[in-house]
Amino acid sequence: MPTKIEKDSVTGQMTTGHEWDGIKELNRPLPKWWVYIFYATIAFSVVWFVLYPSWPGLHGYFHGMLGYSQRTAVDKDVAAILKQRAGYMDRVAKLSFDDIRKDPQLQAIALTAGRIAFANNCQPCHGAGGGGNPGFPALAAGNWLWGGKLDDIQQSITFGIRSGLEDARQSAMPKFGADGSLKPAEIEQVADYVMALFGHNTADTAPGQKLFAENCAVCHGEKGEGKREIGAPRLAGRAHLNGDIRESVVAQITNPRLGVMPNWNSRLDSATIKSLALYVHSLGGGE
Amino acid sequence: MFTAWAAASNPMAHIGKADRQRQLEQEEAGQHLFANRVRVYPKSVKGPVRRFKWAVLIFCLTLYYALPWLRWSRGVTQPNQAVLLDISHERFYFFNLEFWPQDIYYLTGLLIMASVGLFLVTSLAGRVWCGYTCPQTVWTDLFMWIEAKIEGDRNERMKRDAAPISLDTVWRKIAKHSAWLFIAFWTGGAWIMYYVDAPTVTVEFWTGTASVEVYFFTGLFTATTYLLAGWAREQVCTYMCPWPRFQAAMLDEQSLTVTYQGWRGEPRTRGKRIAGAGGDCIDCGACVTVCPTGIDIRDGIQLECINCGLCIDACNHVMERTGRPGWLITWDTLADQAAKADGTHASFRFFRARTIIYLSALVVAAGVMVAALLLRSGIGLSVQHDRAPLFVRLANGDLRNGYTIKIVNKAQTLAIFQLSTLGLPHAILTEIDENLGPADQLGLPVKADSVGTFHVFVSGQPAMLHDGSSPIDFALRDMLTEELTVYHSVFMGPHTGIQN
Repeated sequence: MPTKIEKDSVTGQMTTGHEWDGIKELNRPLPKWWVYIFYATIAFSVVWFVLYPSWPGLHGYFHGMLGYSQRTAVDKDVAAILKQRAGYMDRVAKLSFDDIRKDPQLQAIALTAGRIAFANNCQPCHGAGGGGNPGFPALAAGNWLWGGKLDDIQQSITFGIRSGLEDARQSAMPKFGADGSLKPAEIEQVADYVMALFGHNTADTAPGQKLFAENCAVCHGEKGEGKREIGAPRLAGRAHLNGDIRESVVAQITNPRLGVMPNWNSRLDSATIKSLALYVHSLGGGE
Repeated sequence: MFTAWAAASNPMAHIGKADRQRQLEQEEAGQHLFANRVRVYPKSVKGPVRRFKWAVLIFCLTLYYALPWLRWSRGVTQPNQAVLLDISHERFYFFNLEFWPQDIYYLTGLLIMASVGLFLVTSLAGRVWCGYTCPQTVWTDLFMWIEAKIEGDRNERMKRDAAPISLDTVWRKIAKHSAWLFIAFWTGGAWIMYYVDAPTVTVEFWTGTASVEVYFFTGLFTATTYLLAGWAREQVCTYMCPWPRFQAAMLDEQSLTVTYQGWRGEPRTRGKRIAGAGGDCIDCGACVTVCPTGIDIRDGIQLECINCGLCIDACNHVMERTGRPGWLITWDTLADQAAKADGTHASFRFFRARTIIYLSALVVAAGVMVAALLLRSGIGLSVQHDRAPLFVRLANGDLRNGYTIKIVNKAQTLAIFQLSTLGLPHAILTEIDENLGPADQLGLPVKADSVGTFHVFVSGQPAMLHDGSSPIDFALRDMLTEELTVYHSVFMGPHTGIQN
């Protein structure tokens, strides 16, 4: 609280009149140029106020004399980037995969574009970096259902898996349990054999092997090696789409889960799809 | 300490001219919170302190202006300037040392040493940084010297500024400001030369082919030098600089500072001296007129004092002329002054808790810096484990981890580095972009003077893991120099008992 402005008895200086618990503030005046600088900043703010968007209203705002807006500035920047990028992405769309990979700069650009497109579109199902999730294939491990060559990947992304499109990759596994073609006890026997293919020690596999040869081998192969033409997963090995516990094997035979991937040609242009193919191929499983 | 003896004597008797003037102005100003700037007209002075200050000034300025022109041969592909902060190529050259952005912690170390060094010096000898080496002081001093050469010394300048404008005044002012601007321009230009090659930028500058940035920053530093050293001067120290505000925390009663020996000087006597009566100070004001910040040292340690000691020279002249012992104003500690007032003596203590702490911090920082510089490897290796996915399981049951490996090749030729792993038996390495592997070691090529980035996959057997992970070391050997660098990392897999 400002109190009395008085002369301090010890220093002989005037006080500012500010006092806190008996402690008084001495007045050591600042040079005036400090205040002039302060006035200059006020003048600057008035100029700014007039030139730039500054005052809100009920139906909009004062746009300022320069007509500046952050939205148009961003649009301009984005347009400039797209223009800059257009040359490269056109080349990605036109050139073959081999030609793109021969040009390290273009390949780096395509991989970056692919990485971003992957994060935006593919990551929710396939996991960051293509690590996969139960029921959603791991892309980084090389356990391909439909093929791991660049052209295969491009085909899968473009038309999708069971997407309803005519060109889509299409296949179905019979519902052995649900339609009654295998009895529950038989399904258990097949599961014994599949678990053996997975590398686990199980009981007697002979009955299961026989049933497998009759019902499953036509698609999954005699030794469970899989068949890529129809997207039949490889069963022999340690990496599996739906997990490698017995329950999931039984469930899959009884009433199979059939994954669906949309056809991305409805959302992404061909250059982006090719970039995605290059990126997915580079994750570690490419062939 | 100072106020103790000051309060004991007559409070009005020791008040100097500057004080009286300030008091008058204050009373006149009443309760105004802002006052006119009081112009300072420092008088030229001669003496040992002034000579030392000139020597430091010449040393600092010579160093500043000449250093960019010093050459240092580094071969054809690299700049041959001894000290160059090449921002566009992200390199800092310092004689035989070359720093990359990755070496930024050396800058941290340097800044720590600079600040702790400043603390140490301040706790020992007060604000000598402010008085002698601060750029603000050095350039202000130079500008004041020019001012005195052109416009005359203190009295002449005061008279000139008070008198109506004459032709003589006008041309002298023009000459002074031209000289100031010339030096300011030279200073701004020299600053740029620390960032771009000095001879090249000089030619480019005068042929109009230098970049916009060069002209802009030259102009900027010309303007700041001119304004700060020519116009702002002591206002920078008193009102802008934060250092005077907290330097008091480094000072104690054992610090050497420029001190008026009040016990000897008081009470002040004007006119003829009566033997045995009064102190040595004759209140001539010589110490006040030479002060570059316009204060009265006899008021004791104060925020405005930059510890330059020019008042010491001024007072010694007066003491000599009036036949009294010199060094009435001197470098001394408050403790010694208090002791001397009582007729004893307190010797200077170099080692105090404060100085020991500063000194040890300085030694530790310097030691770490020197050790890091000596031990630093020519190969820079960094290994970053992929975060997603942490691992993938391959069809044969093996686990595979991805790593981003960056290799710094500071050599001026292409280098091949041999990468292998330790700690994970039967590990297989693959690099996809370069189409290398699978193999137990890879040869990675890195172009001259650049950073190579590789994405390396390592496959390992789950049996080699404990609790879902295993330490793994990446060993990198320069095939040419045989230099070896090891980077510790980790190999991840599923936790034991969890099947995926």
